[in-house]
Amino acid sequence: MKLQYSFKTALAGLNTNKRRSMLTILGIVIGITSIILVMSLGRGAQELIVGQIKSMGAKTILIIPGRQPKGPTDFVGSLSDTLKQREYDALSRKVNAPHIIKIMPIVFGSEALAYGNETYRATVFGATYTFGSMHNVFPSEGRVFTEEEIRTFAPVAVIGSKVKSQLFGENDPIGQNIRIKGNNVRVIGVFGGKGQVSFLNFDEAAMIPYTTAQRTIFAIKYFNRLMVETDREENIPSTVQDITTTLRNLHNITDPSKDDFFLQTQAQAMATVGAITGALTAFLAAIAAISLIVGGIGIMNIMLVSVTERTREIGLRKAIGATEKDILTQFLLEAITLTGVGGLIGILLGASLSFVASLILTRALGQAWLFSLPISSILLGIGVSAGVGLLFGIYPARQASLKSPMEALRYE
Amino acid sequence: MPPPLIEVRNITKIYQDDGVATAAVNGVSFTIESGEFVAIMGPSGSGKSTLLHILGFLDRHTDGTYRFEGKTIDDYSRLEIARVRNKKMGFVFQAFNLLPRVSVLENVKLPLLYSDIAESQWDTMAMKAIAIVGMEHRVAHEPAQLSGGEKQRVAIARALVNDPELIFADEPTGNLDSKSGQMVMNALQKLNADHGHTIILITHETQTAEHAQRIIRVRDGKIESDERVTSRRIATTQFVK
Repeated sequence: MKLQYSFKTALAGLNTNKRRSMLTILGIVIGITSIILVMSLGRGAQELIVGQIKSMGAKTILIIPGRQPKGPTDFVGSLSDTLKQREYDALSRKVNAPHIIKIMPIVFGSEALAYGNETYRATVFGATYTFGSMHNVFPSEGRVFTEEEIRTFAPVAVIGSKVKSQLFGENDPIGQNIRIKGNNVRVIGVFGGKGQVSFLNFDEAAMIPYTTAQRTIFAIKYFNRLMVETDREENIPSTVQDITTTLRNLHNITDPSKDDFFLQTQAQAMATVGAITGALTAFLAAIAAISLIVGGIGIMNIMLVSVTERTREIGLRKAIGATEKDILTQFLLEAITLTGVGGLIGILLGASLSFVASLILTRALGQAWLFSLPISSILLGIGVSAGVGLLFGIYPARQASLKSPMEALRYE
Repeated sequence: MPPPLIEVRNITKIYQDDGVATAAVNGVSFTIESGEFVAIMGPSGSGKSTLLHILGFLDRHTDGTYRFEGKTIDDYSRLEIARVRNKKMGFVFQAFNLLPRVSVLENVKLPLLYSDIAESQWDTMAMKAIAIVGMEHRVAHEPAQLSGGEKQRVAIARALVNDPELIFADEPTGNLDSKSGQMVMNALQKLNADHGHTIILITHETQTAEHAQRIIRVRDGKIESDERVTSRRIATTQFVK
C-alpha cells in the first residue's frame, strides 16, 4: 500500500476514537510545551543579559577592585579600595597602556535623596559627563554636567525618571536643590525612562560628577570602578594585558591568584553569560524531556489497547490483502501522528505561554523582555515528538502486524 | 488444459494443544473447478472452518497438498500470499466485519487500498460492486445505520470489488433473519450465475447449502459425502431498496 493511503487509514483510525486520541497526546503536549517554554524563556533571558552587556560597549574594559568573586555569596571581593588616583594616573600614561584613549572613574553607593518632605533611596552614581552618552542615554529635560563641573566638584545631579516622580511628582525639578547626606545638590537634568543599561538602572539613580561623589558625598579616596575605553576593539586583548601588568607592578603582585582587581570585557562577559544560560536551558529542557518519556509510555499503552480492540479489523485487513508491512505502517503512523499532533499543539501552546510570559516579565522587570522562539526549539519539538511516536509505537505496531488473519474469521 | 482452481489432496491439519494432538481436518481430498458454486457443510467442530482457512491461505495445513491455480502455499512468499488474497479471493464473514464509522463506499473500497489499481478507478469500481448488491441508495451511510442484511450485502460488495476469481462466504446468513438471508443468497447466486465468480459457501444448514450446485459434507474432519444438488434452491427474494 502506498504511504499516502497508510496515512489516510491511520487518520481514519484515530478519528474513530477522537476523545481517547486527544487524552492520549496530553502527555506529549505537556512535554513539548515545557521544552518550548524553557527554551524560549532561556533565549529571552540570554538576550536580555547580552543586551545589557552590549550596552557597555565593545571597546570598553571595566576594572573592578578586589579579587574576582568565586561565587554568588563571595561579596568580600567587591568591598575593596584598591583603585585610587594613583592607579588612574598610571593607566593614563601612554607607555603603560598605549591603546587607552579614555579612563572614566565611577563611584557609587545607595543613599537617601530628600526634597521637601519626600525622601527616596536611590543609587548615587558618580561618573564622568560622557557616561550617559556612551550608553546612548541622554537627558529628556535639562542637561548633563560639564567637564568644568567635574573639575570644580560641582554639587549638580541628573536624576532618573523614577527619582523625579518620587520626589517632585508633577513639578518641574530643574534648578531645585535636593539633599544627599546633608549636602545640597542642584538638579540640572532628568533622564527619561531608560531602565537598566549596563550595570546601572538610570531610572532609579542620581548621576553626579564622580569628583563630587568621591569627596563631598561619600568622603572616600578610591573609585568603585574604572571604565577604560580603547581606541579599537581589536586592541582589547593587548590592553587587558597592559592594564594587568601595570596594576600588578603598581601593587607589587607576582602571584596572579593574589590579584586585588579584575577586568571585565564585553566578549568575556557574553561568553560567560552564554555558557551559564545555555547550560541552564539545557538542564531544564532535559527535565522537561522526562515528561516526554512518560507521555511516550502512555502512547504505547493506548496503542496496545487499541491493537487488542481492533484485532478483528487487523484480521480483516490481512484477509483482504494487507501485508504485515501495511499493518505495521498503519499503526506506526497512527502513533507518530498522535505524537506529531501532540508536538504541534505543544509548540503552539509553549510559544503562546512564553509570549504571555514575555509580556508579564517586561512589566515586572521594567525592561523589555524580548519574546523569541528559537527555530531550533521548533525543530527539536517536532523531531522529539515524532521520535517518541516511532520509539513507543513500534512495539504495538509490531504486535498488530503479527496478528493472524484467522482472528477475523473467528466468530465471537 | 489449465489446472483446476482448487485441488486438495489428502490434507490434514493437526492442532497441538498442551501436547494433545487434535486433527481438525483429517485426510480430505476434492477438486473445485472455476465457476462452481460449492457448499461445504457440517455441524460445528466438523472442521469446515479450518478447511476454509486453509483454502483461503489464512492458515497452513500440516500434511497433504493444496494447490490453488496449480500452486501451493509454499510456492508463494508472504507478500505474494497477501497479493493472492487481495486479487483472487474475496471473503464474506458471518459477523460482516465492516469498519465502523466509515461510509459504505469507503468500506467497499478497502481491498483496493491494498491493490495496485490506480486510485482514480476506485470510486467507479466500488460503485459498480455496490450496484451489483443493490446498495446504491446507502453509499454514504455508516454500517451502524444499516440492517444486518444490508451490512452483509455491503460485505459482499467489498468481497467482489476487486473482481476476484473466488469468493469465500463463511456462514453469511448466520446472523440474519430468513428474508435477509434469502437476499444474501440471491446476491451470491447472481454473482455465480451472471458474473462467473466461483463461490465456496460454508454453512451448517442444509437449506442454505442447497442454494449451491454441489455440497461437500464434512464431519469430524473427514468428508462424508460430495454430491451434486438435485433440487437446487433458487433465492428469489429481490433486494428491497
